[in-house]
Amino acid sequence: MDFELMITSFPKLLNATVITLKLLSASLFFGLFIGLLFAILRMNKNPIINKFAYGYSYIFRGTPLLVQIFIIYFGLGQIEYLRSTALWVILKEPYWCAIIAFALNTGAYTSEILRSAFQTIKPGFIEAGKSLGISNKIIFYKIQIPIAIRQSLPAYGNEIILMLKGTSLASTVTLMDLTGVAKYIISTTFKPIEVFVVAGGIYLFMTFIVHSLIKYLEKKYNYQ
Amino acid sequence: MELLAFGKTGWGDELFYATLMTLAVSVTAMIIGFLFALIFTPLKLSKYKTLNLIGNFYTTVIRGVPELLVIYLFFFGGSGAIMFVASMFGYFEYIEINAFITGSFAIGIISGAYSTEVFRGAIQSIDKGQFEASKVLGIKKHIQFYKVILPQMLRLAIPNLSNVWQITLKDTSLISVTGLVEIMRQSYIAAGSTRDPLFFYSFAAVLYLLLTYLSMKLINRLEVKYSRGY
Repeated sequence: MDFELMITSFPKLLNATVITLKLLSASLFFGLFIGLLFAILRMNKNPIINKFAYGYSYIFRGTPLLVQIFIIYFGLGQIEYLRSTALWVILKEPYWCAIIAFALNTGAYTSEILRSAFQTIKPGFIEAGKSLGISNKIIFYKIQIPIAIRQSLPAYGNEIILMLKGTSLASTVTLMDLTGVAKYIISTTFKPIEVFVVAGGIYLFMTFIVHSLIKYLEKKYNYQ
Repeated sequence: MELLAFGKTGWGDELFYATLMTLAVSVTAMIIGFLFALIFTPLKLSKYKTLNLIGNFYTTVIRGVPELLVIYLFFFGGSGAIMFVASMFGYFEYIEINAFITGSFAIGIISGAYSTEVFRGAIQSIDKGQFEASKVLGIKKHIQFYKVILPQMLRLAIPNLSNVWQITLKDTSLISVTGLVEIMRQSYIAAGSTRDPLFFYSFAAVLYLLLTYLSMKLINRLEVKYSRGY
C-alpha cells in the first residue's frame, strides 16, 4: 500500500467530488420535475398520453445510461438543424449533455416511484377531502402530493444513490468528476487499489449521508 | 439501412456478434454473481457478528461505489494481482488477462451484491414454521435446505432476481471502456468509422431494449412455473 499516494491524491479527488455533487444535484432537481410530470401523465385516462408516458419510462429504464449519454452527446451533434439553433449552446457542452441524460434517466425512474406512491394513497383520504368540500386542485396539492412524497421516500433514497453512482459515467464524455480523476490517477501511477480505496471511500461517505438523510426524513414525516 | 447489411459492406454481422457477446458476458456475470451470493448470503444470515460484518461489508461497499470504478479497479489491477500471485509460485513473465474474464468478474461481483440482498430477503420472508416443521419431522439439515427452503425461496426471489438480471445486462455496457467488443464498443467503432453516431447509438439502444424485453418475457414464464400451487 502506497499511503503517500493516497494522501496526495485525496485533495485532488475531493476537488473532483464538487463536480460529481453538482452533476448529482442538477440532475435530481430537473429529474424530479420530469418525474412528477410523467407520473401525472401516466395516471391520465387518455390512452395515448398514458402510453406515451409509459413508453418514455420503458425506454429509459430498459437501456443503459451509457447509451443515453452517448446518444445525447455524440448523436445529437450530428443533426445539422440543431447546430443552428440556440439549443446548440447547451448541447455542445459535455457538462450539460451529461445533466440532460441523467435528468431524463432519473426522471423515468422517479415517475415510476411517484406513480406507485400516488396509487397507494388510500381512497379514504381523497374522499375525506371531497366530503369536506375541498377543491380537487387543493386535494392534489395539499393531500395527495405530501402523502405521495412520504410514501416514495425510501424508494427515492435508493434512486438518489443509484444516480450518485450514475454520475460516474460523466467521465466517459471527458468530464473530470470523481471517477474521471480517479481513472486519470490510476492510469498515470498504476496503483489501482490505493486510488480505489480513497475514491470509493468518498463515494461510500456520500452514500452514507444520503442514506442517513432519508432515514431522518422518513422518521420526521411519519404520519401514521 | 445498408449500414446494417451483413458481410463486408455493413455492420450487421459485427453488431450481431456484439449482441451475443453482451449476452455471454451478462450470463457469465450473473452466474459468478450467484456464486458470490452463495458465499455471502449465509454470512449475512449467520449468528456470528464477525461473519455478519464481512457479509455486510461486501454488499455495502459494492452497492455504494460506482460500477465504473469497480471496473477500472479490475481492469488496471487485475493483471497486477494475478502476476503477484504467480510471482509467489516463481513465474515472473507478464500476464495479460482476457477482457472477457476481467469484465465478467467485475460485473459478477457487482451483480453478486444485489443477488445476495435478494436471497437474504427471500430466506428471511419464509415462514419460521417451515423451518420448525421440517425439524420436527426429523429432516436432515441439508435436505431441509434443498427440498423445503430452496423451492420456496426461489419463488420469492425470482421477481427480484429479474431486476438483478436487468441491472447486470445494462451494466455490461460499461465494460466497453476496457475494449471488450460488446454492443456499446461495436457501436462506438461503427460510429467512429461511419461518422454516424446518432444511428448506431440509437440502434444500440434498440438492441438493449430487445434484450431486456425478451428476457422479461422468459422470466415471466419462469415466475408462473414457480408460483404453481399458490
